Amino acid sequence: MKINDVILQTVTKIVVFIILTMAVYLFVSGHNSPGGGFIGGLVLASALVLLFLAFDTETIMNRIPLDFKMVAAVGAFIAVATGVVSLFFDVPFLSQAYSYFNLPVFGQTGLATVTIFELGVALAVVGVVVTIILSISEDV
Amino acid sequence: MIGELLIGLLVLFGAVVSALSAFGLVRLPDAYMRSHAATKSTTLGVLCILCGAFLYFMFSLEHVSAKLLLGIVFVFITAPVGGHLNGRAAHRTGVPLWKDSVRDDLSEAMRREQEKEKE
Repeated sequence: MKINDVILQTVTKIVVFIILTMAVYLFVSGHNSPGGGFIGGLVLASALVLLFLAFDTETIMNRIPLDFKMVAAVGAFIAVATGVVSLFFDVPFLSQAYSYFNLPVFGQTGLATVTIFELGVALAVVGVVVTIILSISEDV
Repeated sequence: MIGELLIGLLVLFGAVVSALSAFGLVRLPDAYMRSHAATKSTTLGVLCILCGAFLYFMFSLEHVSAKLLLGIVFVFITAPVGGHLNGRAAHRTGVPLWKDSVRDDLSEAMRREQEKEKE
């Protein structure tokens, strides 16, 4: 019998945007309040898992043509690269810089290089979680 | 002052409705009625408690928490869908209705569909 998933799929289409917003918020706010790369990445991965549950794995993989093993590798590379870059400025490995800039829209904003490190962490977490979910969901 | 009263009433109402939902979960006879009790009244209870928390942050700490608003909208959208999926999975795996139930249109429709598919 044909399975009719209209309610789940429609609600997923709306809810995924709320979850992705929450993921970006958690990622950006990690410096001053609870959040950061790890849970931002986990929430983003949970949005992807919700998509995989509501729709087909193949449908989503056609729409998001990412190799999630590569995403994890790129994340790990970014995290290590931020550490290596600090060596060129005559400071120890993984030293971080923080200062204030006047941005056109946001006004005075504190920008830290930790954010790039956290981006690497988030990408690694997303890649690892989605790879695990996809590989245990496959029928062998 | 009126704000404090409102917050207290909201949180208390939410807690009482959630407790009623828990009683429904224990007392009702079959899976569908329990899902009915657990879904609707828990959603309302959680919404009331979150609204109370939101108003508390707004009045007492002068902090408008967008996270709580987002949580209210999120629970309001997703909790009923969770209840729907529970009930549907139960019906599809053949969980019986309460013994005094009168009619079950969905299982008849599914049976007709299966017969149509056989032909």
